[in-house]
Amino acid sequence: MTDERHSSVAGQPATSDTAGALHSVPLPPGWDEAVRLDEDPATIPDPASVEVPAELRAEVERRMAMYPEHHSAVLPALAAAQQVHGWCSPEAIEQVAAVMQVTPAYLSSVATFYDMLRTQPLGSHYLYVCTGVACHLRNAKAVYESIEAQAGEQGLEDWEVREFECLGACDMAPMASIDGRFIGPIEEGDAGELVTALNEGRQPFPGRGLSDPGFRLPWADGGAAPDRPGPPEQPDVHPAGGTWKDAEVLDMPPAEGPSPHPRPLLKPLDPGTSEVPEPDEEP
Amino acid sequence: MTETRVLLANIDEPDLNTIAVYERLGGYRAMRKALLEMSAEDVLHELGESGLRGRGGAGFSMGKKASFIPKGAMDKYLCCNADESEPGTFKDRLLMQKNPHLLVEGCIIGSIAAGANKGFIFIRGEYSVQADILEDAVAEAYEKGYLGERILDSGHTFDLVVHRGQGAYICGEETGLLDALEGKRGNPRLKPPFPANQGLYQGPTLINNVETLCNAPIIIDHGADWYRKFGEGNSTGTKIVSVSGNVQRPGNFEVELGVTVRELIYGLAGGPPEGRELKCFFPGGSSAPVLTKEHLDLPYTFEAMAQAGSMLGSGAIIVVDESEPLVPLALRLAEFYRHESCGKCVPCREGTNWTVKVLERVDEGEGTPMDLEILEQVQGNIIGNCLCVLGDSMAMPVASMLTHFREEFEQHMEEARLARDLEELPAMGAGELGAVPEAGPV
Repeated sequence: MTDERHSSVAGQPATSDTAGALHSVPLPPGWDEAVRLDEDPATIPDPASVEVPAELRAEVERRMAMYPEHHSAVLPALAAAQQVHGWCSPEAIEQVAAVMQVTPAYLSSVATFYDMLRTQPLGSHYLYVCTGVACHLRNAKAVYESIEAQAGEQGLEDWEVREFECLGACDMAPMASIDGRFIGPIEEGDAGELVTALNEGRQPFPGRGLSDPGFRLPWADGGAAPDRPGPPEQPDVHPAGGTWKDAEVLDMPPAEGPSPHPRPLLKPLDPGTSEVPEPDEEP
Repeated sequence: MTETRVLLANIDEPDLNTIAVYERLGGYRAMRKALLEMSAEDVLHELGESGLRGRGGAGFSMGKKASFIPKGAMDKYLCCNADESEPGTFKDRLLMQKNPHLLVEGCIIGSIAAGANKGFIFIRGEYSVQADILEDAVAEAYEKGYLGERILDSGHTFDLVVHRGQGAYICGEETGLLDALEGKRGNPRLKPPFPANQGLYQGPTLINNVETLCNAPIIIDHGADWYRKFGEGNSTGTKIVSVSGNVQRPGNFEVELGVTVRELIYGLAGGPPEGRELKCFFPGGSSAPVLTKEHLDLPYTFEAMAQAGSMLGSGAIIVVDESEPLVPLALRLAEFYRHESCGKCVPCREGTNWTVKVLERVDEGEGTPMDLEILEQVQGNIIGNCLCVLGDSMAMPVASMLTHFREEFEQHMEEARLARDLEELPAMGAGELGAVPEAGPV
């Protein structure tokens, strides 16, 4: 999966400095990292030589015991390691590999596939702003941009701020997910308060989260959802000489002679034949 | 216009997510009946007779799917697809958050029909609150002895695990889900073999959507004949429809299949904002080809939507009103599928990428009439040429927008091009020509 949407506000830039000189378009992370051909490929780590935090080890082993094949625990194990380390760092990957007895490369290949597993140190908390199709229809792009701007202005340490695909809460669009807590509907004007609350460690907009006690959509008791601002007006311009599509609507003079089209088919074909029947005589 | 609440009957009950309240309202009665009074064949027969069709998108008969699971002593699995990632769909979120035990009970009944003794609920990682609630519900069910070894001394053993995804739309595709569940990248597999024969860990696997499984306890409790009274023709039962986009009251509404689309969009969801008309709507999530005003009076059934050239899909209606420009919407849609394409098949990986590039050109004023031809051609080359339907899911709605609203695409392209030209005029040094005034079009 290409990962072009990572915001660089909350953490390191998504590409290394050397990439910028060669490419004007930023590359997804990892593309510019050369393979070390002089090194042997990493093998399954020796469990005795890798130090794993006791809690992480217990969680990974608990997960492995839940499945008929312990490989199934890869996703929960990586998520647990991300909880501990803030991202799927090489260290985190090695620890999981040591407990699960798989190669680090295998875990990296899995981690790079999934949007919620961070392969860059972008922050140990996440703020996903949904800009999916349904939220797009409710001004989500502008909401995201104002949140991003506020995060840049106020500074937001240790938070990964990014656009996210449909989060499954289109009824409260536009919405965002703060470490799994869905809030919405949010407006552009909410961005400042949202970022301030996150910075101060407060829960933003208590009562407006989907899982907050007594949560109801603002229009649940009648009324209507707030309308989004209208789309930008396109300038009203009339080019001299008309445009290419005007050529198609020219009135052509009627052609002389019989119609080039075949006679209209008046009766459906008999099954199994391809013969065009004679049209019925007009009454 | 009112809803017909069967699945959502008790949804507003406080603490419905606890087993005590759920049982007080008749919960786990169907499970007892299925375990103690019915044989596995009876359960399978009842589910088949009800005419219940899959609620995840494909609309395949649930009873038929379960009957494909081979008999025998091998390990068989049940997977509940709770990776609800289709844009516009949020019905499973509501069910799992408010009524998790209905899903647990549905999984148990599904496992009886399939003969499975190990089950997994694959829930998308973004639904972390809902996954916590589900995990609590599963733990409660274990405590009561409704899950585990020899449930209620019946001889049926069933273990259930809540497995969280980590954010990939493609894991909603059934074989992608299986790979993700096996701890791999979620790439779809070649079919056949179908999961019913070789699925999870190469064993026979029944995969059903959350809403489908939630229907199972209701069918067993009331009987297939009762259930079949709801709905129309081959679309039996009720359906939770998620309505979103440019409507006044977006939300989940449970209706009998067969109500008109107009009733759903205007009656329940309040229609587009005051003073605006509907331009088009996606009848079954963003993967469904768009339909227009003239389709508003069609009954909302699997058949009618298919006949109109679209699909009922996951039952998510996204409404687009007349003020919404379609090119940016199509672009946003294509960007989603480009981002979520796993990259295994060329038509999908390249097709989604080029669709985005062409639409960007059109939107930014770089487009030429040929771009629309290319756009159409690319969509035609994706459809039916990939392992799974992700590519088709982009190609069909984009192609349908182009079919229904080609004039708007042409106009948008023309206006964007002129707007860009106007911006570039001063930069091109037009002012230095002397005869040409500094501002304004020539």
